[in-house]
Amino acid sequence: MGGVPRSVAELLRFANAWVEERIDLSGARELIRHKVVPVHRHTIWYYFGGMTLFLFIIQVMTGILLLLYYRPSAEEAFESVQFIVTEVEFGWLIRSIHSWSANLLVATMMIHLFSVYFTQAYRKPRELTWVSGMCLFGIFLFFGFSGYLLPWNELAYFATKVGTDVAGQVPLVGHLIARILRGGEDVTGATLSRFYGFHVAILPLLTTAILGLHLFLVQKQGMSVPPEIERSGRPIRTMPFVPHFLLRDLVGWLSALAVLGALAAYFPWELGVKADPFAPAPAGIRPEWYFMYMFQTLKYIPAKIGPIDGELVGVLGFGVGGLFLLLVPFLDRKTARGEKSPLFFWIGVGIVTYILVLSLLGYVAPGGK
Amino acid sequence: MQTAASSRRGFVNILMGGGFTAMAAWMLYPVVRFLIPPKSGEPTIASVTVPWKPAELKSNSGRIFKFGSQPGILVKTPAGELRAFAATCTHLNCTVQYREEKQDIWCACHNGIYDLNGKNVSGPPPRPLETYKVNVKAEQVIVSKGA
Amino acid sequence: MRGSRRVLVPALVMGALLLAGGRAEAQKLPEGNSCIECHRGIGDPRVTPPAEKFPQDIHLAKGILCQDCHGGDPTNFDPQGAMNRAKGFIGKPRHQAIPQLCGRCHSDAAYMKRFNPTIRVDQVQEYFSSVHGKRLRAGDQKVATCISCHDVHKIRAIKDQQAWTYPVKVVETCGRCHGDAKYMQGYKIATDVVDKYKQSVHYEALTKKGDLSAPTCNVCHGNHGATPPGVDSVANVCGTCHSLTAEFFNQSPHKKAFAAMGLVPCVTCHNNHDVMKPNDTLVGTDEKAVCVNCHDPASAGYQKAAAIRASLDELRGAVQRAAAILDRAEHAGMEVSQPKFELRGATDALLKTRATVHQFDPAPIRKLSEEGVQIAGKAYEKGVKAMDDLRFRHRGLWVSVGIILVALAGLVLKIREIDQRGG
Repeated sequence: MGGVPRSVAELLRFANAWVEERIDLSGARELIRHKVVPVHRHTIWYYFGGMTLFLFIIQVMTGILLLLYYRPSAEEAFESVQFIVTEVEFGWLIRSIHSWSANLLVATMMIHLFSVYFTQAYRKPRELTWVSGMCLFGIFLFFGFSGYLLPWNELAYFATKVGTDVAGQVPLVGHLIARILRGGEDVTGATLSRFYGFHVAILPLLTTAILGLHLFLVQKQGMSVPPEIERSGRPIRTMPFVPHFLLRDLVGWLSALAVLGALAAYFPWELGVKADPFAPAPAGIRPEWYFMYMFQTLKYIPAKIGPIDGELVGVLGFGVGGLFLLLVPFLDRKTARGEKSPLFFWIGVGIVTYILVLSLLGYVAPGGK
Repeated sequence: MQTAASSRRGFVNILMGGGFTAMAAWMLYPVVRFLIPPKSGEPTIASVTVPWKPAELKSNSGRIFKFGSQPGILVKTPAGELRAFAATCTHLNCTVQYREEKQDIWCACHNGIYDLNGKNVSGPPPRPLETYKVNVKAEQVIVSKGA
Repeated sequence: MRGSRRVLVPALVMGALLLAGGRAEAQKLPEGNSCIECHRGIGDPRVTPPAEKFPQDIHLAKGILCQDCHGGDPTNFDPQGAMNRAKGFIGKPRHQAIPQLCGRCHSDAAYMKRFNPTIRVDQVQEYFSSVHGKRLRAGDQKVATCISCHDVHKIRAIKDQQAWTYPVKVVETCGRCHGDAKYMQGYKIATDVVDKYKQSVHYEALTKKGDLSAPTCNVCHGNHGATPPGVDSVANVCGTCHSLTAEFFNQSPHKKAFAAMGLVPCVTCHNNHDVMKPNDTLVGTDEKAVCVNCHDPASAGYQKAAAIRASLDELRGAVQRAAAILDRAEHAGMEVSQPKFELRGATDALLKTRATVHQFDPAPIRKLSEEGVQIAGKAYEKGVKAMDDLRFRHRGLWVSVGIILVALAGLVLKIREIDQRGG
């Protein structure tokens, strides 16, 4: 052992040697050293997975801080959030970052999902990565849905009522699902406790497992290159993950941090009015933007289509859509064979357009309540 | 001897390293402050300790106190029982008051009258006043919302 | 004529069930009743209206049919037999006879209690004490009777929102005559009262704010005993709801002074039908104020008016200032519900001072105003602090962004460097 480390670099070298003497990390080191990222026209999309991960880490950290003060009961939830935002030092900052980052996370996750879709990165051998990713997508939507209720304000309360109503439309098991979600027949304090349990325990546990799998697969299999670039036959340039890609990742992450700070300072997240289950529903209930397209679609479907309830048709439609996306690696035969797959391309375009248009309509359409 | 390239590299390293360190410290500060509990220990709105001692309250009297962001009225009935209600009139939200001479709770705005159970007995109010629980502990009177 | 009791019981049951919702829904007309069948079936617009309107009538719901008021024989489908004077048929009653006709049942306590034990039975008696009743007895054919206000053949329950007597509709009902200048020609009363009332704050409270306790014509003038309140009793009428204000006024020097000068309390400053939302400008010494109508500049009253106005202005200004800054802070996203709550104390004080104005004594008003100004001041300071916190946040943000930019700059340069190195 040398003497006392005299600089940061020396300190790091000392720590490194200490660990190496005890744990053989050479395998991990090699993996990191040799990990490369393909460089081509579509490299920019590679950043979105990492960005989603970064935002998730922000959520975990801010979430943990918030749960030191938050109280998950109908009597105290709203007041505890008010307390955080008014009395706790920088509580306003932590809370607004948590709320904004949730939205940014879903946005980057959707970009990540569709960029993977359109570059067909789901094809063999990455089918499992895609499936685990779709599971994560569902998990994060549920993170958003459950978290939205926690401040127990008017808009959240009624949005949860509507949302769990829709879930209850699933044929056969719908009522059971709604009861399990709500912790009873209606949205009450029991729902709040339950959503809290989902939000801070069950979903994080599931995420750890599935995200772990997802990341492991990505490390093991490397980054997928879009088929047309593979087919072109040209040699594919690469850049080392460490430090080239990672530094670029950091640029994105730091920028996201700056954006979150600006949002928290200039557009702090609203507290709203405490939920009163006996008051009539206020005008303008709507879900968060990432559910808006479904909400708006249900508004446009007529009350009955033939003998079937309109809402049921809508829910089944979403189910079919979700199932399609989940199974796309197995359905897209052409891509599996190495051929161009225009059908799936256009289906993808259709889905994106549908989501964009319906979301927009949700905000601007008249009579929208 | 340092070449131009290596001095530039050194500068970049310092810039990056310095930037990150500054960022880390800048971000650690709010987190640490957040963790230190504020003076007003906890959200007080589920229950409130009124600013009067039990002995100070006379029979047949009522006082307004703050219950979170709403007014509350603490009443000591002629028989000596302590009761508390939300002091927001259920008609058009004026703040009610206790009337000694009538031994009732009264809203000055439109002559709404509540009895000492908070029940709306006369005038425009459509609903009774919300009732709170009153607990007396040693020298403190604590009002809380029923579960 | 208390007819057809064999119809009464089942009809009562039917009626009770139908009225369970509290509204006179359109009901099925009974079969086999010649009055209804003929008047409905004839097709002559001169006689069909009663049968067409009757399904909405509360009397039908209670099992009371045409013959119970008009007499005659509903089992006889021959017009001569049905509308037979011998069977008590009275046809269309004379204007003068209407109150008695309705009163046959509605003044009979024993009869009415069968339908509603708490219903009043003195309406006809009251009516004849009213101006309408007195004029009717004197032979006036234009004056209101029961059916003028309650409609006829389509009389709705009191609680029915479409009833002519439902609070929101009362002004329309009275206004049918009292708002019609041509109709009221020859009577020496104002016909602009309806228009005036519709401008008032009471009408706004009734129609826009849905406050059914807000006064309309009958609340001040009486229903069946409709009489304009006399000079002495106007204050009592207003004081029924504005009790505190009336009490203040009665303790003030103005009570005796007004009585001596023959001035009507309340109305002199606030009008009677077009009672507008009062403004602080009503008090004081400038041109819009009512005080200068009596008090000349040399008088003590003039000084007091000025002092009172000054207190009001100070308090109002303090409250507005505090509310403005708290609103600004709230808009910018700061959490200011606590100071807003505390400001309520000042707003309450403002409400109280405006009531206390009616004591016409600057001292209590100044005291209330000062208390309110203090509270508003504290709330204002909290608003200032909130805005300061906001500035702190913004400055903190720019420092953060600055630091991040430094780190970013370092990153970007590093990236360029390693790219160039061919890494």
